[in-house]
Amino acid sequence: MVRRTLAPGRFSAQVSLVNAGPPDAPAAAPASTGVANVVDHLFRRESGRLVAILAARLGAANLQLAEDVVQDALLRAMQVWPFTGVPDNPSAWLLQTARNRAFDVLRRHRTLTEKIPAVAPLIEETARDAFAAPAPQFEDEIADSQLRMMFACCHPRLAPEAQVALILKTLCGFGEREIAAAFLATEAAIVKRLVRARKQLRDARIAVDLPPAAELAPRVEAVLTALYLLFNEGYKASHGDSLLRADLCAEAIRLANLLAAHLVGNRPETHALLALLHFHASRLPARTADDGSLLVLAAQDRLRWDRRQIACGIAHLDQSAAGVRVTRWHLEAGIAACHALAPDFAHTDWPHILELYDELLTIDPSPVVALNRAITLARVRGAEAGLRALAGLPQRPLGRYHLFHATSAQLLLDAGRPAEAAAALRRALALVVLPAERQLLEARLAALTEPPGAR
Amino acid sequence: MNTPNPSHYLLLFRHPQNAPEPTPAEMERIFGQWMNWMKSMKARGQFVDANRLDDAGAVLRPLPGATVSDGPFVEAKEVVGGYVIVTAGSLAEAIEIGRGCPGIALGSTIVEVRPVEPLPSL
Repeated sequence: MVRRTLAPGRFSAQVSLVNAGPPDAPAAAPASTGVANVVDHLFRRESGRLVAILAARLGAANLQLAEDVVQDALLRAMQVWPFTGVPDNPSAWLLQTARNRAFDVLRRHRTLTEKIPAVAPLIEETARDAFAAPAPQFEDEIADSQLRMMFACCHPRLAPEAQVALILKTLCGFGEREIAAAFLATEAAIVKRLVRARKQLRDARIAVDLPPAAELAPRVEAVLTALYLLFNEGYKASHGDSLLRADLCAEAIRLANLLAAHLVGNRPETHALLALLHFHASRLPARTADDGSLLVLAAQDRLRWDRRQIACGIAHLDQSAAGVRVTRWHLEAGIAACHALAPDFAHTDWPHILELYDELLTIDPSPVVALNRAITLARVRGAEAGLRALAGLPQRPLGRYHLFHATSAQLLLDAGRPAEAAAALRRALALVVLPAERQLLEARLAALTEPPGAR
Repeated sequence: MNTPNPSHYLLLFRHPQNAPEPTPAEMERIFGQWMNWMKSMKARGQFVDANRLDDAGAVLRPLPGATVSDGPFVEAKEVVGGYVIVTAGSLAEAIEIGRGCPGIALGSTIVEVRPVEPLPSL
């Protein structure tokens, strides 16, 4: 029987992976073959809910145990349900199964627990209490646990990349393979990153809990930043599986909604972030042409923008206006709103966008914001003005950023300087990583360097 | 379970023990395919009975001295995970049903198809 070994000093689920039902090798599993999902995202969603609820009950130090027993329960469901049918309350079935596994682990390793007497009874007691929660509170408790888990994952002691990986693993039910695909990293690197993150949670004694009132604002800000990063991983110009990327965007919005729905997270800046995410998400269907190539904003068919997403964005933008403090999320959402509401590219309210960028630059004086401001300036005052703004930017980080050179190229072309534009495009091509972006730049360069009349 | 008759066939599922662990999204896909297969057998009136076999169990061996191992599959390198009994017009037809098992396409399941021998009539 295959079993995970119990590493000294930590609890690990006893896992019998392969000895029942249909444990098909995922490596051999073909991409979705059009077979209708019986229950849409049930496994992934339940994984996130159950890990949160168990981790909240067992403590961050036992995160690995929570993850293992939930994985175990899901494997059992996969193996048993085809024969027995899906139970009436799959969530309760899975929680019960995970709970039993947790008890098994604790019982079977009594000798180990006896060696750390201060911890063992506490865990066992917590575990027992954990599942005595009355049924009516179940849904509330799940939402609450996920929120507490979110704050633990986004604790400032953890590196931002670790935060996002941990969110995906524990709250979204992604496997290491899928996180690796999303981050363009190896599976081994992600496993390592997660192990380190769990260790940091444990060592720093970070509680799976809501932050105290005094820390609330910065802790919410940390969560917002992590969710923004999560969204961006999905939104980034196409790499890998487009379904996976859409899932990342959807998960970021789901978690932000969860935050906004709770007393501690229902703040103007949360709604501002939600507005921003919805406005960006509205453009997802229009960002690629039929042949899969990327389309820049000016070239997108605005009829393909998702109106429902825009409506959600506007609703959250309204709610974000409740406070007095203007955050970067407010300004970025405002900019995104200008684009979402413009009838076409030419009739975009560029002067207003420029004002918002000016203000954003005072809050976030980053080179990327400055670059975007220069692009907007060119729209308002002409390409030469934009080029002067670009020239004034620090070359140090921006020189290694392909979009800096791509932007220069566009403005140089607009200013009637094609030779310099071609040179800038070549510099951009030397730096670009994502294939879809490379394609776009190559097409532009080809259009520039081909003899007139060739196209 | 119905009384075995000449048209009943056993589909026995064997799974290798060293399969890598699927992620929740992968489990969902695999599970969905198994559910669809079970449904399709029922829809066509082929389904008679099915059971999953629990991990627990023992293997008793005759020699030497009735060895008991802690699992039925320790030496087999594969696990009998469950079975389905179907009704079919011929062995060939039963094999065709067995071919629909998603584990075959996924490369993770061996399906053994055996006719259930009817009881001798008295």
